[in-house]
Amino acid sequence: MSSPDLLRFQLNGHPVETPCEASRILLDLLREDLLLTGTKRGCDLGTCGCCTVLLDGRPTLSCLSLARLAEGHEVTTIEGLSPPQGLSPVQQAFVQHGATQCGFCTPGFVVTATALLRENPRPTHDEVVRAISGNLCRCTGYTKIIEAIEAVARGEA
Amino acid sequence: MAATERPSYRLVGQRIPYVEGPLKVTGRAEYTDDIRRPGMLVARLLRSPWPHARLRSIDTSVARALPGVFAVLTGEKYPTPFGVLPITHDETAIAVGKARYNGDIIAAVAAKDEVTAEAALALIHVEVDPLPEYSDPRMGLSRVEEPIHARSLNGTNIQKEVVQHFGDVDAAFAQAAESIRVRGTFAGVTHAFTEPLATIAEATPDGRLTVWSATQVPHYLHRSLSEVLGIPMHRIRVIKPEVGGGFGGKSDPLPHEIVCAALSIETGRPVKLLVDREDVFYTNHGRHPTQNDVRIAVDAHGRILAYDIEALIDGGAWSSFGTVTTYYNGVLSMGPYRVPNFRYKGRRVYTNRPPSGAMRAHGGTNIRYSVELALDMLAEKLRIDPFDLRVRNALPPNSTTINEFRITSTSFLKCLAAAREKSGWDSKFGHLPYGKGIGLGCGFYISGSNSPIHFTPKMPQSTVHLKVDMDGGIAVHSMQADIGQGSNTLLAVIVAEVLGVDLERVHVQRVDTDVSPVDLGSYSSRVTFMMGNAARAAAEQLRTPLLVAAGELLGQPVESLEVAHERIQVRGEPGTGVSFMDALHKAMEQVGALTASGSYNTTPKGGTFKGARAGTAPAYSFAAYVATVDVDVETGEYHVEKIWAAFDCGRALNRLAVEGQIEGSIHMGLGQVMGESMNYRGARLFNASLLEYKIPTPEQMPEVEILLVGDDDPEGPFGAKEAGEGPLIATLPAVGNALYDAIGVRFTELPITPDRVLRGLDLRKKEGRPWKGS
Repeated sequence: MSSPDLLRFQLNGHPVETPCEASRILLDLLREDLLLTGTKRGCDLGTCGCCTVLLDGRPTLSCLSLARLAEGHEVTTIEGLSPPQGLSPVQQAFVQHGATQCGFCTPGFVVTATALLRENPRPTHDEVVRAISGNLCRCTGYTKIIEAIEAVARGEA
Repeated sequence: MAATERPSYRLVGQRIPYVEGPLKVTGRAEYTDDIRRPGMLVARLLRSPWPHARLRSIDTSVARALPGVFAVLTGEKYPTPFGVLPITHDETAIAVGKARYNGDIIAAVAAKDEVTAEAALALIHVEVDPLPEYSDPRMGLSRVEEPIHARSLNGTNIQKEVVQHFGDVDAAFAQAAESIRVRGTFAGVTHAFTEPLATIAEATPDGRLTVWSATQVPHYLHRSLSEVLGIPMHRIRVIKPEVGGGFGGKSDPLPHEIVCAALSIETGRPVKLLVDREDVFYTNHGRHPTQNDVRIAVDAHGRILAYDIEALIDGGAWSSFGTVTTYYNGVLSMGPYRVPNFRYKGRRVYTNRPPSGAMRAHGGTNIRYSVELALDMLAEKLRIDPFDLRVRNALPPNSTTINEFRITSTSFLKCLAAAREKSGWDSKFGHLPYGKGIGLGCGFYISGSNSPIHFTPKMPQSTVHLKVDMDGGIAVHSMQADIGQGSNTLLAVIVAEVLGVDLERVHVQRVDTDVSPVDLGSYSSRVTFMMGNAARAAAEQLRTPLLVAAGELLGQPVESLEVAHERIQVRGEPGTGVSFMDALHKAMEQVGALTASGSYNTTPKGGTFKGARAGTAPAYSFAAYVATVDVDVETGEYHVEKIWAAFDCGRALNRLAVEGQIEGSIHMGLGQVMGESMNYRGARLFNASLLEYKIPTPEQMPEVEILLVGDDDPEGPFGAKEAGEGPLIATLPAVGNALYDAIGVRFTELPITPDRVLRGLDLRKKEGRPWKGS
């Protein structure tokens, strides 16, 4: 096996340079090589959304993405959306509204919701539902997740 | 009798955000797969591609020789059988002698990395003799050529047969004004928790073993590890990290957990075993594929005279909770109604399919669907409103059922009244246009199982320990397992409520069998009731020395004192008091840190007949749900528009969490009624992915209006009962009955997919039964 090439990209606002095989999956790079375990592995098939990260600001399924796609681009994980102290407005709303239960899907939802609200700060109910339709949650019935996102959109968090 | 004022509390009954929420929303909550140990190996499992086969030989020599492979295990090394119920130990960690389903573990590898482990699996050479495949429980009702298990009944594949008869069912049917029969067919469904199964094990040179695992019941895992590995429990430490959902699917001790530990013992290294999503489906333990046959007799007023029920339950390859399942399919069919005569025959049959087990509202869901359809059909025959029929049959509070369940609190009539009023039932039922419908479904579930599993019944079902030192922080230890339902938060709320302190003072500790006192974990909707009572008892015990110390500081008798927010004061004189911290430091002068232990145990319940304890509980939850549906009669697709969920969980201790449990239960119930199905070709599962096994998406969720109407339960902590499983049950029949109101078709086969809707419409038209003019 040839020595892996270096991959260079922006990760959570900081430049990163890391060895990376061509076949390395972005989720594995983040979790196993860079120890950013906030991004979750739920299905390895792009169906559950637990592994959602932002690639240049767009929600992206890291379990279906080759890590090399990030070369020269910007990746933001749940860790990058969490302020050093306290919580972001989306995170605060998720806590207040009980939008987490088991919490395993939560990072993916927070990433997706943050991207939605950056793009569209005042989404309609239907726009919220559509935006999160690629993320599965088995605990909440989505009700409180939608409530939390709508509360942020109304400026309540 | 004058109504007594219902007490109110500072924290109990409020909307309390989950204490671990900030860790979960930032990705900082630690799940099993997030843990890394130095020198950790990776384990992979070889699973049987055969549904039923005798294992003639397993050659692991080539795999062992692969560089980077540390151990290869087969079944002979740890053949001790185990299982969640002590009476049906029929599993082994790795298959011994034969493979019993497509997915059975037949070998395991520990290697330096995933790629090496996978490569090693491919080098294991297995020779088998195929055996007859039993893919349908009906194939196993009489003697078979090769019983799946030697322990099954008389050479059949029957794992458990239950026959019960109370009263005189035949006489009741003979005098009935009306009777009805519903034969229901239910596909298997699975939990689909988002966190796949995962375990890490680390055997250390001091002869100890530490296991981190995604489990709902650390205690049962602890026991099974000890039994199979032959290590005393006190040398094994089970730690439960955050668990990403369970719903029953992480309540059995599972073979991969034991295999992971065995590989660590073999190699002397930490070993991580992740079960990928496909293998999570094969591991299953979901709701049993079931056929039931329900006959109900009523008098001319719609009062129930008798139930006559049979159930045929596909158990899959192992027993799991199956003996309980077999009883529950009968005994949970009656409440919330008074049933004076009852006959039941239930059989759970082994098949060569992935094992079924306990899934949210275990044993009470499929039978409830058929019963609630039958009651609506009887109401129609007798021209009685479905609500009125149920009101006439409601179990009264403080009563005993025909099979000797003790009923204490029930607010079922309030549930019915609230659902009827809020849904606008009277102006909608039968009056909505063709394609639109409204339906009622009711529910009943145990609030904890009265009989603990695996345990001497004289020991408490739950114990909670508290420790408070000079910093004023209160550490809470308990083996209850928060799997997302909010039990850590509830523990903190109860302790803070009793002691009068801020919630922030209370730190609920991670489950760790080295330090947590035994609680039997998260299943059978037992946690709020049992852990809640234990927590309250512990906090009350801790409060006593604080009151004594405050009395000394104030020069007041202890009886005159009360706990207030962060202080202890003289009752009626809020100005005379001391702070919590001053009382604490005074109390610590003699003994140092204060500790307390509280526990809860059930008292004996039920009759003396065989199986009498199955379904006994210290309390029961009740539900009445109304659903509205909108059916597209061209495509068969339908949308559930709204559900009014009237639920009796006694007092809701954390409204946020109770709402979350109800909304999540409705989601799961909708999945089963609308589309979820474990699909098989023969014995082979063929939709083992979240792409092909479809759980409802956000677009499919209806609006949910929650109506919490429960009176305080006399024995529940602060009056609470369960809210984790019962809220699922009523969802299914409410939708089924609403579909009938919409299009005039009774669906007795679940899930009700669009093609079945169209088939039902065709059949109705062929039979010449117009509905609402169509």
